[in-house]
Amino acid sequence: MLMHPKRRKKLLLILGLLAGTSIIVGLVLYSLSQNINLFFSPTDMAQGKAPADQRIRAGGMVREGSLERATDSLKVRFVITDFVEDVKVDYTGILPDLFREGQGIVAQGKMNDEGVFLADEVLAKHDENYMPPEVLQALNEAQAASLNATNTNLQTTTDSTLQEASK
Amino acid sequence: MAQFSWHMPRWFHQMGSPKWFYNFGGLLQPWFALAAVALLTCGMVWGLAFAPADYQQGNSFRIMYVHVPSAILSQSIFLSMAIAGAIGLIWKMKIAFMVARSCIAIGATFTLIALVTGAIWGKPTWGAYWVWDARLTSTLVLLFLYAGVMALNQAISERQIAGKATAILAIVGTINIPIIKYSVEWWNTLHQSSSFSLTEKPSMPAEMYLPLLLTVLGSYFLFGLVVLIRTRSQILQTQNGASWLLQHKDIYGAK
Repeated sequence: MLMHPKRRKKLLLILGLLAGTSIIVGLVLYSLSQNINLFFSPTDMAQGKAPADQRIRAGGMVREGSLERATDSLKVRFVITDFVEDVKVDYTGILPDLFREGQGIVAQGKMNDEGVFLADEVLAKHDENYMPPEVLQALNEAQAASLNATNTNLQTTTDSTLQEASK
Repeated sequence: MAQFSWHMPRWFHQMGSPKWFYNFGGLLQPWFALAAVALLTCGMVWGLAFAPADYQQGNSFRIMYVHVPSAILSQSIFLSMAIAGAIGLIWKMKIAFMVARSCIAIGATFTLIALVTGAIWGKPTWGAYWVWDARLTSTLVLLFLYAGVMALNQAISERQIAGKATAILAIVGTINIPIIKYSVEWWNTLHQSSSFSLTEKPSMPAEMYLPLLLTVLGSYFLFGLVVLIRTRSQILQTQNGASWLLQHKDIYGAK
């Protein structure tokens, strides 16, 4: 049975409708793209894309070893990074459970004059990977083992080079 | 120029017959029910009780076994509804409009479950129930679209006109589906990118992934079951007294 011309016309009409609305929505989203982003990355902030004197969200990875906690209050200071630019963040309050170094976070607040981001809310960003704790332990052990192996190899290479040289 | 044309297979036109759909659907229905119950029970028990806890989130990650299938189904059902509506418009198939109508409530329910479970998970993980990021907002828009489709479908009493109007709204609304799907890649969002895909390597080990796969498949069968039940009951309402129906003794009673 052939596709009836009337039906074909309707099919094309529907596809046209879909294409038309896609173009409209696409253009709207494209023009709004900066506003749809939930947060500014440290690079955006360094390039001045983030509005000054306004509450904004900043997002990035907490740099390893950058977390400092005050001993007498809930005040914390850490650095977020996108591995290109860094931003210092000050925050007073309870951090979410998933907050840790090397983890992505989104902080809401304002930039002060010294270039420190004063956050009043910190959210932890979770990645799409899940694993049981035993797997993490195994991974760490494997990593440590391979590091050791590399060190031993280096050691042997250096030793043999030295022996060669002494000959 | 060669005439652009194609043949639709025979079964496609058979689907449009109320008698054929009612009888064939009746054959499928118990198997869909069995598959849905078996897959969902296995997947839920395995995922919620036996799968290992996550190294960072602990046990709260288990809400994924409810959240992920609901979120996937909320989008698949909207797409199915739009495709059924388009078939109804193009081939003037009343059954297709009934199928589209059957999709609305179950799709809205899955969307609501996805939003609520996501919020419950968000509080301990992110530190907030709700964030206006692209993924969450577009999913909320999906819920509103379902509400709009539902209202439109109920507001018009003439079934054929209601079917057409609903179909057009559903087709236009499908624009939102790729937006939901790719929101996590196109924009900065708090929501993580997809953990579950049939085509890519899963981002979790098998003992976490397999229960999720079972619950997703089970949810698809549940959706199929609900559509069969609701479409067949609409057929009964519109075909009341038709000669082919009179042969069904279980409906009209043994004489």
